[in-house]
Amino acid sequence: MLGPFAYFIWVVGFLCEVTVLVCALKKQVFRRYLLLNLYVVGLILSEFLRYKVLAEYGFSSQEYMYVYYYSDAVLTVFLYFALSTLYAQVFSEMKAERFVKMVMILLLGGTALFTYAVVEQSSSKLVTHFVIELSQNIYFVGLVLTYVLWAAILKLRETRSRLIQLVLSLGVYFSLHAANYAIRNVYPPLSSVFVPLTQVFGTFLPLAWAYAFWRLPEEERLVPSRLAVIPR
Amino acid sequence: MMAGIILVCSIYCLLQFFVSYCRSLIAASLTQRLSAEVQDVTGIKNSATGEDFARVVQLLQLCPDRPEDRSGIQAIGTYFNLLGFLRSTVARMVPSLAAWTESERGQCTYFAAVALDRRIAFSRDMFAQQLES
Repeated sequence: MLGPFAYFIWVVGFLCEVTVLVCALKKQVFRRYLLLNLYVVGLILSEFLRYKVLAEYGFSSQEYMYVYYYSDAVLTVFLYFALSTLYAQVFSEMKAERFVKMVMILLLGGTALFTYAVVEQSSSKLVTHFVIELSQNIYFVGLVLTYVLWAAILKLRETRSRLIQLVLSLGVYFSLHAANYAIRNVYPPLSSVFVPLTQVFGTFLPLAWAYAFWRLPEEERLVPSRLAVIPR
Repeated sequence: MMAGIILVCSIYCLLQFFVSYCRSLIAASLTQRLSAEVQDVTGIKNSATGEDFARVVQLLQLCPDRPEDRSGIQAIGTYFNLLGFLRSTVARMVPSLAAWTESERGQCTYFAAVALDRRIAFSRDMFAQQLES
């Protein structure tokens, strides 16, 4: 069974996801960031699905585990495509959208194949471990893609505040999750501490996006080189 | 082995993204002027110091909060603590880092004061709406 804290975080996360959609609709940016918003819709639907499976089969059931991790993997793949729209915005003047999408699809296929190859070496782990290994690798590839996009933003001197905040929040989100999964793989006994943290980390992205949609007008600009940790 | 490499890279990237994200939040708030009311309450005119941060956050907690503001305030609070840790450790040996952390801490305080300004305006609007209805 989930404890009261886990339920509380679940409800907070759900409310944050709804807040993103409300902010995007109120500020009329739903279509401009369509895939980001559709990702949030997917998150909300997955919350319902997870709750239904949890209520029917219980927290420690195999069914819940598979629904949880596979819905997470599918949503993260969707987040890749959402990230590709941010790439398209940054590279809009270079007309490199098709190239970006091709690279994304190749990377995704490569990640799944690589994960399968790694897990296949230990056949006993194949069923139980594949999905956790896949999640770790997917989040890490997402992190690398976001890092490349952030480097491009600095290089191309992109100044749109909202776009910059969306990219940086994605970077924080991917690195938190990649680190979380990696710690669980390196030190499995720590899983009891880091599994509940996944839910807490999950609330960051909707909150950051709601802030970016609500607070920052599309025309607001800032100098990205001032944000870099290492001054450029 | 692979998980270890991913862990190290993720923590390095997390720090970079987190600091940049916090600085982007601060940069957006620096362009806003504080109302006379908040200037009087906090004693902050144009620039702030890190010493005032805790006091401004206490004032913030007295106002009704808004979900879309929450992540920014929490992120800046964590960033402020990170700067405090740097200030009390590495910055003691590197004077230029000490000056940088102090200026960043001041900007965190200014961010909190801007958030306070918004919350007061929000509360005032709510109160006015209640009076009208």
